[in-house]
Amino acid sequence: MAKEKVSLFAEFVKGLWKENPVLVMLLGLCPTLAVTNSAINGLSMGLAVIFTLVCSSTLISLVRKIIPKEVRIPTFIIVIATFVTVTDLTLAAFFPDISKSLGPFVPLIVVNCIVLGRQEAFASKNPVHRAIIDALGMSIGFTLTLIILGSIRELLGSGTIFSFQIMPASFQPWMVMGLPPGAFLTLGLMIGIFNWISSKRKC
Amino acid sequence: MKLILIFISAAIVNNYVLIQFLGICPFVGVSKKISPSLSMGMATTFVMTLAASVSWLINYYILVGLHLEFLRIVSFILVIASLVQLVEMFVRKVSKPLYDALGIYLPLITTNCAILGVALFLVIKEYNFIESVVFGFSAGAGFTMAIVIMAGIREQLDLADVPEYFKGAPITMIVAGCLALAFMGFAGLI
Repeated sequence: MAKEKVSLFAEFVKGLWKENPVLVMLLGLCPTLAVTNSAINGLSMGLAVIFTLVCSSTLISLVRKIIPKEVRIPTFIIVIATFVTVTDLTLAAFFPDISKSLGPFVPLIVVNCIVLGRQEAFASKNPVHRAIIDALGMSIGFTLTLIILGSIRELLGSGTIFSFQIMPASFQPWMVMGLPPGAFLTLGLMIGIFNWISSKRKC
Repeated sequence: MKLILIFISAAIVNNYVLIQFLGICPFVGVSKKISPSLSMGMATTFVMTLAASVSWLINYYILVGLHLEFLRIVSFILVIASLVQLVEMFVRKVSKPLYDALGIYLPLITTNCAILGVALFLVIKEYNFIESVVFGFSAGAGFTMAIVIMAGIREQLDLADVPEYFKGAPITMIVAGCLALAFMGFAGLI
């Protein structure tokens, strides 16, 4: 029993650091780069992914024994697409501002490799509680990365984090951080620094 | 005239990879050498053009006609997945050399978010049929251009002295950032 508890915890933590979907596995880069021009956008994208991933992992894990092996990928895609539709319409109905600023990237969660990858690699082979823990860990790891990236870009691009003024008024905003090149540069530096920290920890 | 504008806008000014961030996964994954990235680009352009026309037809004649707009995401992804499968079978039957060149890249295209992105943008921008086809083709052309330029740079990058922790993905991202900066120069062209 104790052993399972430890491994459940490990299952959760691996998504945050050791197998972080963005920084280590380089999955789901499109939304990562596109929506992180502010911290709040990163957070809302992260929440949308948490919801979709946890729901689809749960469902796939529940029905994993009845899905024939040959049609598993189409099945995963349909299940994911259903939950993404739910997320998209919910956002559009209750949070029109967020839905507008995320644009087509909410529907595009369907083809986000993180979601499909976890179904194929984990949920279709493991019992429900482990699948949920794994999905939570992975999607929270994704969300944290998005919030950090969004905060860095928002701080340098407009001097605020979550719309709170951080930088002194004399700070000259770096326009480029809010624009596409800033996304590539910041993510590149983040992955580099992440590699550096990981290798230090291993020694 | 409008068609030319759509072409320039989708291929260069709003380049799918560098400005809109669609299709980053193959852009990072396949851009190690020039010739495979050219094949990948061509395969993507081909599927994108087809997907644009088919999803336009489905959207206007089936989904809007029957008031089933909420099924848009599910039906588009199904169309794209089956289209890719169909193209793969067709190419294998008709042209063996082309299949050998594109073969392994075709299945990857299903999960290329640029394709679904094209289909979704068509709906948002309310293009007519011809415009949609041109839009799909030019988005693919822009993707091909970006991935081939990137592959050219990465071939040179292999010889460069990159700091150890920045080898691979990080330096690719930074180079892509510089490329995006260059493409920003086209902003305001139209």
